Amino acid sequence: MSTLYKKRRAVAFVAGVLMAISTLIGVLFLLWILATTLKLGVSAMHWDLFINDTPPPGTDGYGLRNAFVGSLFLLGISLVIGVPIGLMAGTWLAEYGFQSRIANTVRFINDMMLSAPSIEIGLFSYAIMVDPMGHFSAISGSVALSILMIPVIVRTTDEMLTLVGSDLREAALALGAPTWKVITQITWKAARSGILTGIIIALARVSGETAPLLFTALNNQYFSTDLGHPIANLPVVIFQFAMSPYQNWQQMAWAGAFITVMFVLVLSIGARWILGRRQVQS
Amino acid sequence: MTSSDAAVEIARPAASEVQRVVGRGFPLPIDFMFRKATVLAAFLVGAVLFATVIAITYDSWLSIKTFGFGFLFSQEWDPVAQKFGALPFIVGTLVSSTIAMILAIPISFGIAVFIAEIAPSWIKAPIAAAIELLAAVPSIVYGLWGLLIFAPVFGQFEPFINDHLGVIPGLGVLFRGPPMGIGMLTAGIVLGVMVLPYISSIMRDVFVAVPSSLRESAYAIGSTTWEVAWHILLPYTRSAVIGGIFLGLGRALGETMAVTFVIGNSNTLTPSLLMPGTTIPSVIANEFTEATTHLYLSSLIYLGLILIVITLIVRFAAVLLFRTLDRKGGIKT
Repeated sequence: MSTLYKKRRAVAFVAGVLMAISTLIGVLFLLWILATTLKLGVSAMHWDLFINDTPPPGTDGYGLRNAFVGSLFLLGISLVIGVPIGLMAGTWLAEYGFQSRIANTVRFINDMMLSAPSIEIGLFSYAIMVDPMGHFSAISGSVALSILMIPVIVRTTDEMLTLVGSDLREAALALGAPTWKVITQITWKAARSGILTGIIIALARVSGETAPLLFTALNNQYFSTDLGHPIANLPVVIFQFAMSPYQNWQQMAWAGAFITVMFVLVLSIGARWILGRRQVQS
Repeated sequence: MTSSDAAVEIARPAASEVQRVVGRGFPLPIDFMFRKATVLAAFLVGAVLFATVIAITYDSWLSIKTFGFGFLFSQEWDPVAQKFGALPFIVGTLVSSTIAMILAIPISFGIAVFIAEIAPSWIKAPIAAAIELLAAVPSIVYGLWGLLIFAPVFGQFEPFINDHLGVIPGLGVLFRGPPMGIGMLTAGIVLGVMVLPYISSIMRDVFVAVPSSLRESAYAIGSTTWEVAWHILLPYTRSAVIGGIFLGLGRALGETMAVTFVIGNSNTLTPSLLMPGTTIPSVIANEFTEATTHLYLSSLIYLGLILIVITLIVRFAAVLLFRTLDRKGGIKT
């Protein structure tokens, strides 16, 4: 009896230590990656980054202006495409589809798209946009990014609208408001912060995506805001510069990585903050 | 079924009844249009999965016609002779993901149990947030860090791996190779770190959601923390845990940038994990814009189709397993 007891306690102790070590490993890797990006990124910061465009190979130039503008451009357009589709689809699921077989099928497919490899979406956008048009273009990159965003928006919108109590809906309907008005002015408003959180998370998720842009927006050495042509963007620039032998290019890659990480972290923390505030209110 | 679920279930039919009556009473065109717009959006969301498969099959048709199923088993990848085969890429994808899962599954389980059962409450939230931040770091940053920081450090450990693991009879051949830092094992480790947050946060969520009556009964009859985790939490949440593992596997199989940076990109099959290798996503990312002929490009897209088929199976299983637990009521939605 006593040896069994000791053995069980020993097993539990060893398991506890191993679990603490696992947690330590996870946290240490995060700190290692963040610390490296911070250290090398901050030391690579320079005003020239925001003033000059990316330099031609082998020169001393230092700048990422076209990539910053291009990335913001791609993200902006993908929001314009992705938010309405995601919002409307989520609304259909929560307000019209309920638990019907077809709504649940759409939810199932959406959950599968949620974990789709981004390279697959890039190839899809290549097949439907770049191939027929005959050349790479910014708009095809935005389409790829919006396809990656939509599942996140659909899921959060669906969940947040479902959480809105039916008393609000019924009160509005009882006053004679038509369904579309109930949805746009009552339930959307009640679920506003949750839906916004979903959109921010979706944006954070795609802002570092590189793989889909390789087949769609590609890259552009020059400044461009033309939707029909290749456009410079931060992730692809980081990819190409990191693989290069030039010292200043590798430095710019770190600067770009630092800014991307900061952008994503600010968005993630912002999303948490909005959600946290909502929970305090309710 | 939890009480909140039940409340939603009761409320829903009532709301839909009211809507239907109102819809008939006020046949506003804008009401009709709004509804149709939401239906169209939902249709797009449901159709995109099938559209992906169809469009990519269409673009790889030339290669499918030329090489057929033999493509899957051919080792040749020779753009000059226009001969293409997928075997090294399929093997590389499966091997790098296997390494990642072998490393990530036990560590994720450890993290999840640590946060759910062992850690004092003041430290739970910061650790959970830190692990989730790992998931927010873009994959390109993992790649950059892996290539320029982790690979040189890891390269210094490789002679040690050679000397100690390389001498094991049989298995030793996996661990013999030049200390380059980059290669299959490095890619597997970086992938493991990447999928860690996905698997561990799912495990933690479902462990926390296990009814406390189960957990407390086990503690009351004298179970240790480990026994509760292994004999109570894990069996109860089995399907969601496996679903989470499949989700992580899907991520690992399709991950492109982080792997492309550190795997070394060599099309030769070797048994050693310390040698450079390649995966389906990384060869597509590397060679897509260099593909000069139609057949070359089509073969790369054929590789993409193979990847899609593999990840579709994995993702289908993942979502299905989640749904199973949903119905059982072990997870809050």
